[in-house]
Amino acid sequence: MKKLTTLFAATALATLMAGSAWSKTFVYCSEGSPEGFDPGLYTAGTTFDAAAHTVYNRLLEFKKGTTETEPGLAESWTISDDGLEYTFKLRPGVKFQTTEFFTPTRDLNADDVIFSLERQWKSDHPWHGYVSGASWEYFSGMGMPDLIEAIERVDDMTVKIKLKRKEAPFLANLAMPFASIMSKEYADKLEADGKMNQLNQMPLGTGPFAFVGYQQDAVIRYKAHPDYWDGKQKIDDLVFSITTDAAVRYQKLKAGECHLMPYPNAADVESMKADPNLKVMEQAGLNVAYLAYNTTQAPFDKVEVRKALNKAINKQAIVDAVFQGQATPATNPIPPTMWSYNDNIEDDTYEPEVAKKMLEDAGVTNLSMKVWAMPVARPYMLNARRAAELMQADFAKIGVNVEIVTYEWAEYLEKSKDKNRDGAVILGWTGDNGDPDNFLDTLLGCDAVGGNNRAQWCNQEFDDLVTKAKEASSIAERTKLYEDAQVVFKREAPWATLDHSLSIVPMRKNVEGFVQSPLGDFAFDGVDIVE
Amino acid sequence: MFRFLLGRLAVLIPTFIGVSIIAFSFIRLLPGDPVALLSGERVMSPERHAEISHQLGFDRPIVVQYLDYLWGVVRGDFGVSIVTKRPVIDQFFELFPATVELSICAIVFAIVLGIPAGVIAAIKRGSVIDQIIMGTALVGFSMPIFWWGLLLIIVVSGILQWTPVSGRISLMFFFPSVTGFMLIDSLLSGQEGAFQSAFNHLILPTIVLGTIPLAVIARQTRSAMLEVLSEDYVRTARAKGLSTFRVVGIHALRNAMIPVVTTIGLQVGVMLAGAILTETIFSWPGIGKWMVDSVFRRDYAVIQGGLLIIAGVIMLVNLAVDLLYGLINPRIRH
Repeated sequence: MKKLTTLFAATALATLMAGSAWSKTFVYCSEGSPEGFDPGLYTAGTTFDAAAHTVYNRLLEFKKGTTETEPGLAESWTISDDGLEYTFKLRPGVKFQTTEFFTPTRDLNADDVIFSLERQWKSDHPWHGYVSGASWEYFSGMGMPDLIEAIERVDDMTVKIKLKRKEAPFLANLAMPFASIMSKEYADKLEADGKMNQLNQMPLGTGPFAFVGYQQDAVIRYKAHPDYWDGKQKIDDLVFSITTDAAVRYQKLKAGECHLMPYPNAADVESMKADPNLKVMEQAGLNVAYLAYNTTQAPFDKVEVRKALNKAINKQAIVDAVFQGQATPATNPIPPTMWSYNDNIEDDTYEPEVAKKMLEDAGVTNLSMKVWAMPVARPYMLNARRAAELMQADFAKIGVNVEIVTYEWAEYLEKSKDKNRDGAVILGWTGDNGDPDNFLDTLLGCDAVGGNNRAQWCNQEFDDLVTKAKEASSIAERTKLYEDAQVVFKREAPWATLDHSLSIVPMRKNVEGFVQSPLGDFAFDGVDIVE
Repeated sequence: MFRFLLGRLAVLIPTFIGVSIIAFSFIRLLPGDPVALLSGERVMSPERHAEISHQLGFDRPIVVQYLDYLWGVVRGDFGVSIVTKRPVIDQFFELFPATVELSICAIVFAIVLGIPAGVIAAIKRGSVIDQIIMGTALVGFSMPIFWWGLLLIIVVSGILQWTPVSGRISLMFFFPSVTGFMLIDSLLSGQEGAFQSAFNHLILPTIVLGTIPLAVIARQTRSAMLEVLSEDYVRTARAKGLSTFRVVGIHALRNAMIPVVTTIGLQVGVMLAGAILTETIFSWPGIGKWMVDSVFRRDYAVIQGGLLIIAGVIMLVNLAVDLLYGLINPRIRH
């Protein structure tokens, strides 16, 4: 009898072990199919989540949960005194993934880095047009072709990149998905076999997860890379279950068919928070919505008038009405998750009476103005019309008459650039490389007047600070300069900063180690499922 | 029968040519540069533009372009996906079995429930049962697929947790595709529980896709049955004292089935339209979802090629139904 019991117990144990205990599968209900698996070719976040953050690494990586960079495949780097030469020392012993379709024979070296960047840069590179229609949009969009002077191999483990001019955000750019490092050895093999297209279909890199297979529009499978340089992952398998409808993603999450989902419907968030099996993470997205006055036109050329109007806007009411609370009122032109965000700046308080007085003191009476409302919903502004109506009511309280205007979206963007356009424009911005320059200089610099600078605001003091920050090479120095720039911004008030929308990530309660990225991407290294 | 077939084909070919002209014009009528749309290249130098334009044959007379396109279609060349760079026809054959599997299940579901429901309603004409069946059919017929699918997911999968939410099989199972039909492949895989999982995944999409055909078939069966039941020969059969089962099941049903078969055939087009929504809600990797995803990816080559292939499939199915109809009812052949 005892024998039988032992046998039974052993069988049960074996069954258990064969079941779930030894293979931890993490299922991510992703929102769409990737366009391909070469992150350099595409611009969609969906593609980056499926290719760049799983299979690949970059020279630098964004430190988890922040927009700061940290060493990735480059262990360290030095910048020459003139700020034009970047020398990267590669991490030794980094292994490429071994998959069913390729077995690497060597570790990462300088050739891989040069291959990965040069194919995007040099139009005569054999891999430049390996996929017809390849335009390396991000690489050119970040201005890399005009910026790079040369990419040189110093020795096996050292790469030097020479720039034509100083560019502080350059390092952050290298942490972006398009700069993912591929295996030159794998590429050479594909080239020799005449199967170059495979690079975009069966990716192979140094990242935490190795590609196993993709069934179009249905599922992508990965397994943990056992020799990952930063240690093997706690989960064994990673599965992207492609589920385009947000309501269905939510049901799958509830049923335990997936562990984590992106982009929930706003209306579902409350019930997600109430579900004891789920937890919901939220943080301010890397975006800002604003109302840009035309600072070159009277009376908006007077800082007192702009300040008065800012004090008349009830931001909390806008956030509540437009986002159902899924946004926070914005103080600065950069979001709070971004480095160099100045915490010491105080926002204009909502005081209609004071605002009215300020306006009178400035000698402005019977003001009539236009407020432009965007015709489309963007993450940073879900309903501009509604926000404009609320501001209309707010301004009415201080005796300002508002007419709301709108145009077709492309026309709106174009017309609002015009230096002579009237009134104030609602618009916003989502950052893409985590660098403050991407907001402060792009949206408020003197060079951007007539372009992205919808306030047409050129303030020498602000511009000097931002330009200096672009050329400074230490983060500490840049932080100081950007903090000062935000002080000038708040004092001069070219915009009413409206909100930073929240990015909301619901997941099963047993998910541990997931860190929300301010850049809006989803990466699963470090994630674990606890029972 | 041969002349009947020839006659049908004589109609089919011009129809297909008409559809091919529409598909051919599709890219050319869209706003934007067709060369850019078809190549997927957004940034092009004038030389590159000329080169691609030449490759795609855009520099030749439009009639020549069309004939060339048609010749390609005849040889099975429906173009190459802008996104995956793979032939559209290859992708179609990979995804088509999933749609066929779902459609077969849905039509079987609709027939198995629809015909008896229609027959019962006809026999019990004017009764409460008749009213319930016809009322339900009307609701089913007017049900927006997207809403119906979500409702079932929320109630059956979400609250009751009886069925999985979406997909074709649990992600725990992983085996190569042999036939493309998950019910068969899961059996072939020999993995324990795989078939059960595939079956469970089919339940909700089958119901959602089968609802409209079910309603249509039930209504059609009822009216055809009512007509047949009032015929003299049925009355004669009844007068002879045959059981209701024999009268309805043997004599009336066979004749009532003629219009019903046509209706079922016509449902194929409806099903493929319904599949677009059903597959999207249930993340069912078939051609319906493929088309929707292609629209979002702006994969014009897939949309163009896919439309033509789907239209071809619908035409072939309708041809088959016509032939079947001819077999059941010889009179139609003349």
